[in-house]
Amino acid sequence: MLHVGLAHFLAVGALLFALGAYCVTTRKNAVGILMGVELILNAANVNFVAFGHYSWGGIHGQVFALFVIVLAAAEAAVGLAIVLTLYRHYKTIDVTRAERLEG
Amino acid sequence: MIGRMLAGSSNPPGLPGGGRDGLVYEAKDLFGLGQLSDFLWYALAALTVGSAAGVAFSRNIIYSAFSLLGTFLGAAAMYVYLAAPFVAITQVLIYIGGVLVLILFAVMLTSRIRDVQISNGSLAPLPGALGLLACAGLLGYVGGSTPWHEVARPEMIDQAQALGDGFLSTYLLPFEAASVVLLATLVASVVIARRETDEEEAAGRSEAADRGGAGTPPGAVRAGGRAAHGPPATEEV
Repeated sequence: MLHVGLAHFLAVGALLFALGAYCVTTRKNAVGILMGVELILNAANVNFVAFGHYSWGGIHGQVFALFVIVLAAAEAAVGLAIVLTLYRHYKTIDVTRAERLEG
Repeated sequence: MIGRMLAGSSNPPGLPGGGRDGLVYEAKDLFGLGQLSDFLWYALAALTVGSAAGVAFSRNIIYSAFSLLGTFLGAAAMYVYLAAPFVAITQVLIYIGGVLVLILFAVMLTSRIRDVQISNGSLAPLPGALGLLACAGLLGYVGGSTPWHEVARPEMIDQAQALGDGFLSTYLLPFEAASVVLLATLVASVVIARRETDEEEAAGRSEAADRGGAGTPPGAVRAGGRAAHGPPATEEV
């Protein structure tokens, strides 16, 4: 049995990132795309904290993870507000059908 | 304390232990299950990645949203294993309590729940799957084969105090910038998502009528989606 080490956490981060990238690139639903972005940010966070714990030491990795969490919350709020406005305009949140920019 | 125990017991035995972590090795000797935390880690990693796969592949956007819960919880467990309980609790509070609820609200507000088919279509799934495999393979290979600099015995620090000191000394400028970003986000999301008031709508209508010329009736000028709400003049606040 392999002991859990840095490489294991990096593998989890890689899988999360790949699944998030798949979600972002293939979803038609705008909320689904935002979920993929959350997955990618979580992958980055896992890597930050893992490197901070195993190879850097101290709290620096955790500080960056906390900033990423704050910015992810801000991104989700603004992104979902945009999605709601999109839905009000087009009656759909299919990103392939919202192709006009209108003031 | 839990994070300290788990993270401590997931290290290979034989390395010099810290003076304050005697509890870990006592527990290990007591039960004879030194690998228990490793098994638990694999289960939690499977939860995390499996839920993420559910988010990425589910046909129903509501199932995706609920799968995201498992991913966030699993990531919080990863932080506990990495001796970062403060980040884990922040993850639970902000991601699950805030972001996930926000996403569920958006899902419920933007899809017609009564329709059986809640759209979550995919765009070019085959190239996307190829990209997924390539990305996961490359990142996993790099992460697994690079000889990262690892400290022999990761230190356990007093989390909340160290983080508070860091935020108010070394990371003060990013901390303040983050607060400004949050304020801007608050204002911006309200401005983006609110409905126009009656006066603004009337102003916009007269403007559009001026642009459209005298011959067109004022109601027909606004051909956007808002005309579906009914006559704008009778809309209540």
